[in-house]
Amino acid sequence: MRFIDEYRDAEHARSLVRAIARATTRRWTLMEVCGGQTHTIVKYGLDRLLPPELELLHGPGCPVCVTPLEMVDRAHAIAARPDVIFCSFGDMLRVPGTRGDLLRHKAQGGDIRVVYSPLDAVKLAAATPGKRVVFFAIGFETTAPANAMAVWLARRDRIANFSLLVSHVLAPPAITSILQASGNRVQAFLGPGHVCAVMGTQDYEPIARRYRVPIVVTGFEPVDLLEGVLRAVRQLEAGTHTVENQYARVVREAGNAASRKLIDEVFEVCDRSWRGIGTLPASGLRLRPAYRDHDAEHLFEIAAVSAGEPRACISGQILRGEKKPTDCAAFGVACTPETPLGATMVSSEGACSAYYLYRGRDA
Amino acid sequence: MCLAVPGRIVELTREDDLRFGKVEFGGVRRSVCLEHVPDAQVGDYVLVHVGFALAQLDEAEALRELAFLASLGELEDA
Amino acid sequence: MRDPPGCPVPAAGYDHIVLGHGSGGRLAADLLRRVFLPAFDGATLARLEDQATLPIAAGRLAFTTDAFVVRPLFFPGGDIGKLAVHGTINDLAVGGAVPRWLSAAFILEEGLPIADLRRVVASMREACGEAGVELVAGDTKVVERGKGDRVFITTSGIGTVAADRQLSIAGARPGDRLIVSGTLGDHGIAILAARGDLALDTVLASDTQPLADLCHAMLEACPSIRCMRDPTRGGLSSALHELAAASGVSVRIEEAALPVRDEVRGACELLGFDPLYIACEGRLVVAVPPGDADRLLAVMRAHPRAAGAAIVGELTAGHPGRVVLRTRIGGDRIVALLAGEQLPRIC
Repeated sequence: MRFIDEYRDAEHARSLVRAIARATTRRWTLMEVCGGQTHTIVKYGLDRLLPPELELLHGPGCPVCVTPLEMVDRAHAIAARPDVIFCSFGDMLRVPGTRGDLLRHKAQGGDIRVVYSPLDAVKLAAATPGKRVVFFAIGFETTAPANAMAVWLARRDRIANFSLLVSHVLAPPAITSILQASGNRVQAFLGPGHVCAVMGTQDYEPIARRYRVPIVVTGFEPVDLLEGVLRAVRQLEAGTHTVENQYARVVREAGNAASRKLIDEVFEVCDRSWRGIGTLPASGLRLRPAYRDHDAEHLFEIAAVSAGEPRACISGQILRGEKKPTDCAAFGVACTPETPLGATMVSSEGACSAYYLYRGRDA
Repeated sequence: MCLAVPGRIVELTREDDLRFGKVEFGGVRRSVCLEHVPDAQVGDYVLVHVGFALAQLDEAEALRELAFLASLGELEDA
Repeated sequence: MRDPPGCPVPAAGYDHIVLGHGSGGRLAADLLRRVFLPAFDGATLARLEDQATLPIAAGRLAFTTDAFVVRPLFFPGGDIGKLAVHGTINDLAVGGAVPRWLSAAFILEEGLPIADLRRVVASMREACGEAGVELVAGDTKVVERGKGDRVFITTSGIGTVAADRQLSIAGARPGDRLIVSGTLGDHGIAILAARGDLALDTVLASDTQPLADLCHAMLEACPSIRCMRDPTRGGLSSALHELAAASGVSVRIEEAALPVRDEVRGACELLGFDPLYIACEGRLVVAVPPGDADRLLAVMRAHPRAAGAAIVGELTAGHPGRVVLRTRIGGDRIVALLAGEQLPRIC
């Protein structure tokens, strides 16, 4: 497939690995922000191809992993209602809440449907006027344009039975919070390529300057990631700290103007709680007041049910790059994809899931 | 996050009075909202995430990158 | 007056299944007479005994059972009936058996159009005829609307096995090569597209086909074959895991060698699926000693049901039960046994 196969080419990968080895003269710690990048790294064993001086830490860019427990519980409560058709991306179906996951609620009779696109959920709402269709709108900025378009359409066409349950998160505050944590070891970032395709790269300039870290906006295929590492290492060795764009075939500095405009029209920035991390100011999106009639958080009164997380789960430390999945006593024992203790084992992008799937329980 | 895949526009359409298109991914097609890539035409490649085109693939930039990668190989032979 | 076979208008006046069709009375007898018997016009079934009494020579019998539920009932490349016949035949064939007789028990949902049932049954007749097997016993039950997914079919199959046939999934050895008979994941993606929930547009057809003639040709040409499996649910991954566990070996496959059609690749990229886990319905995976691998591959490729065959890997000692994939770029990763279904993902 064009624009995919070239970036999985063995020859290119090998020359990049050799170039990285030549460029590296001392120890550096890098972090890839995006869960999809973590997935590729573990799937292709890229970290094992790098020189031993380079350490790759896995970042918090997994929207499934960071959706707060209270929001997951709220989703489950809404999904259990007989007047609701609850639509979700597949990723959220096995995320454990306080009382099981969406699959369990489905088995108990909830009308829960996996959709590929939020636009499909709007169509469903128009076709089933007797039911309330709720779409679980999670994601980083990448997913915001589609979610925004869905609710914008619902409003335009007065599809009153459609609403969004929003739990959007933003990437730059996540990076800042990593850098502000005491004991932070990250010296360079591989930035989130698809987030930047939407939002552009400008938000990362002040971060690079203030914290003196190179940020290389990187794609998702093995060649992209290796090239991102090479560019980051070259900057580290040269002592520079600028924002670089490895993913130029898709990312423009200004991003996608039409998407940014629609996001701004539909959503506003708010504080968000990140599962395992805590509340980060101005780190999320919520629907603007004009869209209140399509905001599931306002439309459904749900009593709080959340208990705490299982004690053995260290998802938070994994999302902050402080620990690896293999550092967790429960990994592969009490915590497996069939019996996950936390979201990082459930999400296909969570570091724990990636390690378990591609490296085994004895990773 | 962000599983997004490049696909080729094979047909331009309209749905809900918005710019849509049939996009091909290796032989499978899907209807994709092209409202935010207004300059993309039939034959162009777009990056698709959850049925929505986020950006148009820049072929010139892609070639530039592939040339950079090829040059890495040459550096070694030198 | 007897209706001609295939007449779409039952004299009893019902064009949908009702509860009475399962009650053993007049309606049930009508259904048998008008729909099932004309389709499976074998002598054994026509006797309408409670059991089929079959002649066997000396030797061994192979016996298998299977259940089929699929949505939608009709899809590009086949339908539930065809799937049921092929699936049963293939389970027998991979053990080196010659499939001979099938039974089929139907659980029908109240409200199922009888025209649909006729189509399914006609398709089964065609599939049996093509493969040279006879349907000799059957049953029908009806459940209330909402209690069944239109049609469930449970089959059993009997085949005869030559005395010297010794295929076993536990018989594979380190060094053996692995060959697959064609492209992976066609059935699973064809079904997914046919369901319509994900709005995928493709002409991809299921790969469902009977494999008894292919298995026979392979075993004749290469008696040293250790074992064969037809990967179905769970895709090639599940079949490899079963093999690795039963034989106490490790499986190593090459990503670049796996035959995958463009349509399957495209759908997998879009939805975040791995083709290794997607169902097939007309494919084989074979373990063969290394010295015979190239010859067997040539025999398979010359057969119309395995033109796309490829050597995809080998068995190694150490880490019994483990399945490893060498990636396109040269690293190794584990192929895990999936817990449940793959779900389309955005991350």
